[in-house]
Amino acid sequence: MKKMFPSVLSASGALLIAALTWVGAANAQFKVGFMATLSGPAAALGQDMYDGFMLGLEHSGGQFGGVEVEVIREDDQLKPDLAVQTVNRFIERDQVDVVAGVTFSNVMMAIAKPLADSNTIFMGTNAGPAPLAGERCAPNFFFVSYQNDQQAEGVGKYATNQGFKNVYLMAPNYQAGKDAVGGFKRYYKGDVAGEVYTRVNQPDYSAEIAQLQAANPDAVYVFYPGGMGINFIKQFRQAGLLGKIPLLSVSSFDGSTLPALKETALGAISGSFWGVDFDNPVNQKFVTAFENKYGRIPSQYAAQSYDGAMLLNSAIKKIGGQYKDKNALMAALRAAEFDSVRGDFKFNKNGFPIHNMYVFEVAPDAKGRVSHKTLQMTLPAHPDSYVGQCPL
Amino acid sequence: MADPITAPIPVRADRRVWVAGFLMVLFALVPLYAWRADDVYVLTYFGRMLIFALAAVGLNLILGFGAMASLGHAMYFGFGAYTVGILSTWGLTNGWLHLSLALAVTAFIAIPVGWIALRTRGMAFIMITLAFAQLFFYVFVSLRAFGGDEGLSLTELSGFGALTGNKYAIYLSLLITLVLVLWFTHRLVKSRFGLVLRASRHNESRLNALGTASQPYRLVAYVLSAQICALAGFFMANLTGFVSPSLMSWLISAEFMVMVLLGGMGTVFGPVIGAAGLLLIEDGLKTVTEHWPLVLGALIVLAVIWLRQGLWGLMAPSGDTKASPVDQGEH
Amino acid sequence: MTLNLFLGQALNGLQFGILLFLMAAGLTLVFGIMSFVNLAHGSLYMFGAYFAATVASYSGSFVLAIFSSMVLIFLLGAAIDRAGLSILHRRSHLDQVLATFGLVLFSNELVRVVWGNAPIYMDAPDYLSDAVNIFGLNYPAYRFAIIVAGLLVALGLYLLIERTRIGMLIRAGASNRTMVSALGVNIAWLNRFVFALGAGLAGLAGALVGPILSVEPGMGEPVLILTLVVIVIGGIGSIRGAFFGAIVVGLVDTMGRVFVPIWLRATFDPAMAAAIGPALASMLVYLMMAVILAFKPEGLFPLRARG
Repeated sequence: MKKMFPSVLSASGALLIAALTWVGAANAQFKVGFMATLSGPAAALGQDMYDGFMLGLEHSGGQFGGVEVEVIREDDQLKPDLAVQTVNRFIERDQVDVVAGVTFSNVMMAIAKPLADSNTIFMGTNAGPAPLAGERCAPNFFFVSYQNDQQAEGVGKYATNQGFKNVYLMAPNYQAGKDAVGGFKRYYKGDVAGEVYTRVNQPDYSAEIAQLQAANPDAVYVFYPGGMGINFIKQFRQAGLLGKIPLLSVSSFDGSTLPALKETALGAISGSFWGVDFDNPVNQKFVTAFENKYGRIPSQYAAQSYDGAMLLNSAIKKIGGQYKDKNALMAALRAAEFDSVRGDFKFNKNGFPIHNMYVFEVAPDAKGRVSHKTLQMTLPAHPDSYVGQCPL
Repeated sequence: MADPITAPIPVRADRRVWVAGFLMVLFALVPLYAWRADDVYVLTYFGRMLIFALAAVGLNLILGFGAMASLGHAMYFGFGAYTVGILSTWGLTNGWLHLSLALAVTAFIAIPVGWIALRTRGMAFIMITLAFAQLFFYVFVSLRAFGGDEGLSLTELSGFGALTGNKYAIYLSLLITLVLVLWFTHRLVKSRFGLVLRASRHNESRLNALGTASQPYRLVAYVLSAQICALAGFFMANLTGFVSPSLMSWLISAEFMVMVLLGGMGTVFGPVIGAAGLLLIEDGLKTVTEHWPLVLGALIVLAVIWLRQGLWGLMAPSGDTKASPVDQGEH
Repeated sequence: MTLNLFLGQALNGLQFGILLFLMAAGLTLVFGIMSFVNLAHGSLYMFGAYFAATVASYSGSFVLAIFSSMVLIFLLGAAIDRAGLSILHRRSHLDQVLATFGLVLFSNELVRVVWGNAPIYMDAPDYLSDAVNIFGLNYPAYRFAIIVAGLLVALGLYLLIERTRIGMLIRAGASNRTMVSALGVNIAWLNRFVFALGAGLAGLAGALVGPILSVEPGMGEPVLILTLVVIVIGGIGSIRGAFFGAIVVGLVDTMGRVFVPIWLRATFDPAMAAAIGPALASMLVYLMMAVILAFKPEGLFPLRARG
C-alpha cells in the first residue's frame, strides 16, 4: 500500500491542479489574448508589437473605455501548430474577449479557421494575408495594420515612377511573401528579371544572390522581415552588390532591424503607410513616448499595435463599457472612430484599412540615428485589391 | 540462475494493476467533469495526453520489448494524421475510410522501411530510422497542396455520422482504443510471438540457432507498432483539426522515446505513465517558470542516469523480476 | 545556368562541407573511440558561435574571438566529461541518445536565458568583407577563408592522428579499446582528450559560421542531423570517412537546393518550384544515406571491427 500511495497521490494532485487552473477563470475584466512571434529571428518584430500595444493601453489610462484589461501574452515561436493550440486555449480555457496580434502570415492562416468558427473577435496588428481579405473574410476580423499587398503595391508604383525596366524579385515562400511579390507586380509596369522564393527563415542567400548577379537587373525588390532581412543584406553586401543595384523593399529594414544593420542599409527604399517622422500630433506623442520608455525607435509593427489598442479603447468607450455585447462591440470597431498615428484611417467592408501609401528611404534622422525618411506618397486612400472577392 | 526468458512473466503484483485501473478510471471521469462544468478544453487537454500515451505504447512494443530504438516513429504518427487531412481535402470524409486507410498506408510503408532498417543494428538502426523520418518530413513539406510547411487546417473531420467532430465522442473512443491496445499488447507480449521478440533482444544468434528466424517476428512487431502510432495520429488530426509536418519531426520521435523511458520500458502500462507524466511535468513547470526547458532537460538527464526502470518500474514490488532495461551495450 | 553560378555553388557546397567536416570529425572520433552518441554536439557548436560573437563584440578582434572560442569550448568539453558525462559511456546507445537530448533542451534554454531570444549578430572582419576573384567569379572572401581554414584544420588533424604519438593512441583506441587500456594507457584521459578535441572542433565551426548565419537558440539541431548523416555515410570512427562524407553531403545539399528548383521551374510556377525544390534537395541527402546504409551498413570507409 505504501508504494502505491505516492503514485495515487501525485495522479490525483496533478488532476486537481489541472482542475483548479480553469476554475479560476471568470472575472469581470476585458481579456485580450495577445499572440506574436517573440523568439527566433523575428523576435524583434513581435516584441515591438507587444510593446506598442501595451503603450497604447497605458495611454488609454490602463483601461479600455473604462473597463479593466487583462492581457495574456503568448509566443507562437513562428510555429503554426503551436499557434493553433494557443488560440484554441485562448478561446476554450481563457475565454478571451479578443485575440490580438499575430506577426506572421503563415501563423495567421493556420489560426483563421478556429477564429472564424468560434466568432471570436480578432484584432490583427500585423499579418494581413490576401485570402482573409478576399473569399475568407469574416465579420469578426479587424485588421488595423494593413493588407499585405498594399505596401508592395505602393513600392511597385514607385518603381514604375522611377522608370525601372528590369527588376529582380525575392521573398520567402509563404503567404506574405507571395502577397508582397504579387502586390508589387500589380502596380509595376516593367519587366521581371527574376522571381525567387526562398525558405522562411532561410539563413543563407548566397545561392540566390549569385543568380541575382547573373541576371543583372535595374533594381532588386525584396520582402525579408526580421532576421531574414539582416542576413540578406549582409550577404548582399558581401557579394559586392550593395550600392551598385538599387534596393527596394517592404518590411525588411525598419525599426526592428536597423539597430543591428546601422549604416549597411543606408539608401534602401521601403514602402508603408506609416513613417516615424509623420508630424501629426498623435504620432509625435506615440514616437516620443515609445523612445522614452523603450529606448529605441518604434517600427511600424509598434505603431500598428498602438493603433490596435487605441481602437479597442475607442470602441469600448463608444458602447459604454458593455463589451459583452459582441455585436455592438463589432459595430463600434467597424466604425473606427479613433485618431490613428498614420493619419486618415477607415475600415473597408472586409475589415481591412483604406489608407495612404508612401515610400521611405533609410537615412540618418535629425539626431543622426539611422532611420526612415519619408520620400513621397504613392497611392492615396488606397483600398486593398481583394475586397471585391469578399462576400460580406 | 533461472533464464528470465523462459520463466513465465510474473503476474504484476496486484498493486500495479490497481494503480493502472485507477488512472484509467480518472481518465474516464474527465468527460463527466467536462459535461458538468461545461468546459470542453479539458477534453482537448487530456485527449492530447491519451494520444501521446497511445503512440508511446506503440513505440514501446519494439523499443521496450524488442530493443529496437526507432528515432523515426513520429513519421507514422504523421501518416495517420495526414491520411485524415488529405482525404478530407479531397472530400472523402467517411470516418471508417480514414481509419482503415491510415492503417493500410502505414503498413504499406512500414514493411519496406522496416525491412531495410532491420538489416542494421544499434547506432545504424537509430540513424536509418531517423533518415526515413526526415525523408518523409520533407516529402510532406513539399506538398504545397496540403499546406506544406505551414500545415493544413482541416475543413472536415473524420465523418462518423452525427458524432463527427464531437469532442466527447473523440475522447471516449480514444480512451477505449487505448484500453484495447493495452490489452492487445499485454496478450501479444505473453504469447509465443512476444517470447520470440523478447528473446531476440537478448541473444539473437542463439535464437536463430535454435531454429526460429527472428527477423520476420521483428518486422511484424515493427509494422504493428507503426500502426499504433498511426492510430494516435488519426486521433490527433480529429482532436485538433490541424495537421502539419512538425508532427513528424525527430523532436517528436525523441519525445516518444523519453515517454517510454520515463514510464518504464518493457512494461505494458509504463508508457501511459510516461506520457501523462512528461506532459504534466511540462505543464507544471510552465506555470512555475518561463525557462522550463532548463528544468525539463536536466530532469531527463537525471532520469536516464538514475531512473532506469522508469516511474512504473519504481512502483514494482520488491523482488519482482522486472523486464530488464535495454542495456545490452549494442554496437 | 551559367558556369559562374555552378562554380559559385560548388564553392558554397565545399564551404558547407568543410563546416560539416569540423562537426563530423569530432563526433565520429567520440563515437568511434568511446562508443558514445552525443546529440548535444550541436549545442557545443551553438556555444562556440555565441562565445565568438560575444568576444568579438567586446574586443573588436575577430581572430581573438575565433581562437578563444575554440579554446573555451575545448575546455568546456573536458569539463563536461569530467563532471559526469562519462557515466553515460558505459550505458546503452539509447540511454546516451535520450540523455544528450535532455542536454540539448537544457542548452537551448540556457542560451535564451543568458543571451535572450533574438538572434545576435557577428560581423566578418573588414579585411574579409568583400569579394575575391576566383576564375572570374566574385566569391565572398569570408567564405573562401572558411574553406582555407577548414582545409588547414583537416590537414592538422591528419597530422595529429597519423604522425603523433597521441594520434597513434587514438587510432589504437578506435580499433581496440580494451587492449589499449590493458597496455597501460590511461584510457580515461584519452577519452577526455578526444571528447574535448571534438568539442573544440565543433566550437570552431560555430565560431566560423557566426558572420554568415544568425546566431540563435536551436541553431545546432539542423547541423547536427546532417552531421549524423555524414558520419554514418562515412563510417563511424573514420576521419577519412567524415571528410569525404562531409564534402559529398555539403555539395549535394547546396547544389541540390539551387539546381533542383531551376530544373523544376521548367514545369512548375516559381512558387511551386521553390517549395518542392528545396524539399526534394533535402530528400536527396536522406535518400542517398538510406541507399548507402542498405548496402553498406558500416558506411563507406569503415574502420576494422573493434575487439
